[in-house]
Amino acid sequence: MFADYSWGDLMSIFAMQGFAGLILFSVYVLMALGLAIIFGQMGVINMAHGEFMILGAYVTYLTSKLFAAFLPGLFGLYFFVAMILAFIASGGLGMAVEWLLIRHLYKRPLDTLLATWGVSLILQQLYRTVFGAREVGVEIPQWMMGSLTLTDTIEIPINGLFVMVLAIGISVAIYVLMYRSGWGLQVRAVVANRAMADAVGINTARTDRLTFGVGCGVAGVAGAAFTMIGSTGPTAGQLYIVDTFLVVVFGGAGNLLGTIVSAFSISQGQSILEFFLSGSTAKVLTLLTVVIIVMVRPQGLFALKLRK
Amino acid sequence: MSLLSPSTEGRTGAFLNRTELAGTVVLALFIFVVLPLVLDPFRLNMFGKYLTYAFVAVGLVLCWGAGGILSLGQGVFFGLGGYALAMFLKLEASTPEATKIQSTPGIPDFMDWNQITQLPLWWQPFHSLGFSLVAVVAVPVFFAFVIGTAMFRRRVGGVYFSIITQAIAAILTILIIGQQGYTGGVNGITDLRTLKGWDIRPDGAKEVLYFVNAALLFVCLAIAQLIRRSKLGRLLIAMRDQEDRVRFSGYDVASLKIFIFCVGAAFAAIGGAMFTLQVGFMSPTFVGIVPSIEMVIFCAVGGRNSLIGAVWGTLLVNWAKTAFSETFPELWQFGLGALFIAVVLVFPNGLAGIWTTHVAPVLARLLARGESKSTTPAE
Amino acid sequence: MAYVNPQQILTVEDLTVSFDGFRAVDGLNLYIAPNECRVIIGPNGAGKTTVLDLICGRTRASGGTVLFKGRDLLKMREDQIVHAGVGRKFQTPSVYEDLTVLENLEISYPRGHSVWGALAFRRDGEVMDRIAEIARTIFLADALDEKAAFLSHGQKQWLEIGMLLIQDPELLMLDEPVAGMSVAERVKTAELLNRIVSDRSVIVIEHDMKFVADIATRVTVLHQGKLLAEGSMAHVQADPKVIDVYLGH
Repeated sequence: MFADYSWGDLMSIFAMQGFAGLILFSVYVLMALGLAIIFGQMGVINMAHGEFMILGAYVTYLTSKLFAAFLPGLFGLYFFVAMILAFIASGGLGMAVEWLLIRHLYKRPLDTLLATWGVSLILQQLYRTVFGAREVGVEIPQWMMGSLTLTDTIEIPINGLFVMVLAIGISVAIYVLMYRSGWGLQVRAVVANRAMADAVGINTARTDRLTFGVGCGVAGVAGAAFTMIGSTGPTAGQLYIVDTFLVVVFGGAGNLLGTIVSAFSISQGQSILEFFLSGSTAKVLTLLTVVIIVMVRPQGLFALKLRK
Repeated sequence: MSLLSPSTEGRTGAFLNRTELAGTVVLALFIFVVLPLVLDPFRLNMFGKYLTYAFVAVGLVLCWGAGGILSLGQGVFFGLGGYALAMFLKLEASTPEATKIQSTPGIPDFMDWNQITQLPLWWQPFHSLGFSLVAVVAVPVFFAFVIGTAMFRRRVGGVYFSIITQAIAAILTILIIGQQGYTGGVNGITDLRTLKGWDIRPDGAKEVLYFVNAALLFVCLAIAQLIRRSKLGRLLIAMRDQEDRVRFSGYDVASLKIFIFCVGAAFAAIGGAMFTLQVGFMSPTFVGIVPSIEMVIFCAVGGRNSLIGAVWGTLLVNWAKTAFSETFPELWQFGLGALFIAVVLVFPNGLAGIWTTHVAPVLARLLARGESKSTTPAE
Repeated sequence: MAYVNPQQILTVEDLTVSFDGFRAVDGLNLYIAPNECRVIIGPNGAGKTTVLDLICGRTRASGGTVLFKGRDLLKMREDQIVHAGVGRKFQTPSVYEDLTVLENLEISYPRGHSVWGALAFRRDGEVMDRIAEIARTIFLADALDEKAAFLSHGQKQWLEIGMLLIQDPELLMLDEPVAGMSVAERVKTAELLNRIVSDRSVIVIEHDMKFVADIATRVTVLHQGKLLAEGSMAHVQADPKVIDVYLGH
């Protein structure tokens, strides 16, 4: 498939597709981080994760509208406000769902899966009722428009670059939160030994709720980033859920570094294949490869070997 | 959950206990007598369509209810079964005479639209009805065997298995839609007409197909009951609770799981083929993530441990779906979402659970009172 | 194959397993004679349960050999090891709670282990007789139709022992069989074990020293994955290294 291209062409193609893949990587990483926190730390599969992301996207959309109407002078900055609001909205909803539903199901992972699917259906319909079935898009602030020209053939769009920086920033923040903060220590203590954590005075119920909230909040931020590169509709989140599950499983559940590496390889693989094959074939090949690898190595790329 | 497991049937060797027998008779009467009498041909055909999903639900009772293996990709097997038969029917409908306006007559219309000029090699065997009927079951079972072997041999289970099967459902859907020249794409394989010259479209034919479908469903129910009554059925429950104990009692747990997964796939595939026959087309809409997980809810609503419950659950949810989405489509989405939540949170044993814990005791008490009044007035 | 010593039914040599660099079992040698009742003791984390896991195939060894009657267990699947004649009881009672005592024992009956075998399995007189016999041995003859979920903790332990007995293994491995039992139940269990060890080899992990003294032929003391001492109960109890480990520093 490479035969028709010159070396220079190929390099440009790889650079451009690679960069396009990096944007996909950003969305995957943000989605998967939230999912991985919830799954890895609590053993809960959140099928409604895509809908938490879309909530963030809608919040971003609303914020942009509000800024356009009331603070047009500050429009360039709306995105930063939107990000924070998206985190709060999705995180808050996540904590509510945890309190109403998830906490009753901790010992029943398969049931959680079905229940959160129910949540996703309700949220989808809610979005459809409130925002309409049509997809909405945000107006990108002036400073994010345009692209940096590296060479004659390689151009990098600024909004993509911004989303990427954002994804990396949030990944680092999550890492610090989980491995360097007192709260992260509590979460990991609960994972390691719930009964013991309870006994030494960690409020496990509160830790669970916060963990779930943070995971969903990160999905909300992913939604804010998503508005930069896609349009928001009631069912847009569902398109990403299978991919991000695979990212999490492929990376080794609960392993943040693994999640990032696996998000990177899946998004790059897909993006580069996409140039040479049709979009659907590229997707099929990528997902199939991941599924086969996960079958051969069920513990994912990175996993601790422990006595069970 | 425990109330409904076969172990409560005690030591009697009967194929069905009294409650199950009564339930089966009532269900059979409903499907074979009541529905055909009260429904017009259009509605009867619709219920026939619902019953094809019941095949999947019955398979899920074995895999998920008994064995604890939750597949979120049963649509794959339903679809493969349906497509296998649809390919045969499509070839029969694509005679050179019927397709003479095409640039290449004699091949399916969607191939012609996609500038394909020759029937692909892997379509050729589907000229034969015998081959197609074998393929309806064999292809999905082969897939299930490969997936099951790959996953269960490596001890992948629980939510991992669910996620991987879901991913496979997504992959197959993308593949079918993407390869539209070979599969009919998003529209699926449509405009099916005759089965060996017998027109499947008129009301009379649909009525016949309804009964064939219902009979096949009862055959599958009987097979499922046979499995549940055997030691294999008890092993599945044992495996769900204490997989390691079963393994260290000398069983190759993976092969038991692969077997039951293949049985579930075979049931789903038969359902898919009957769907194709009764509805007249097959499309990726019935393969992907959403239909696959909806089929789980049919089973869950009926009661994941009850074969008969699964059929009732399928009929009820689908009937409600049709009724609501005709009048209040918005309400249905909320209702379905709430159903998913309620079925795990409020009534995990579904209709069958409600029946055994709430309805049956009341009935028994009423009956007992009636009997004691009539037979032993002295007391 | 390897040299088979008729004096040993189980030969464990240089057995090692490490989890991410941590050596849970480290170069262990263990020789079990026919009809011997060996008790393994040791502080928490000594690797006792891991040794059983390695022998029965639950955990893959990093190195060493495990020969059972000359057959290399490290190359066999769990169910094959069971068929070779090794039975294993887990630390927490593992019975099938949703099934009756009868069904629990029936599943363990050594016949119909393949898919088709399980489908064709029939409860004939032979099976029922054997189940009844085992149920009497484990004091559960009156509870055959009881769901295992309704048994007491001690009864569940007995049921699991019964599930192993029905297979008539040549080597029986019991992980803390009297944990969580009342004093009366302990006495009964010791009596049960004394009866069943007579014609097979048994490896028991146990903390209760009185119980150990009741049943043990020889005692092996593990510490940090290594063999610390081995011999009769009195010999081991007098060993200064053992005293040091148990009494702390």
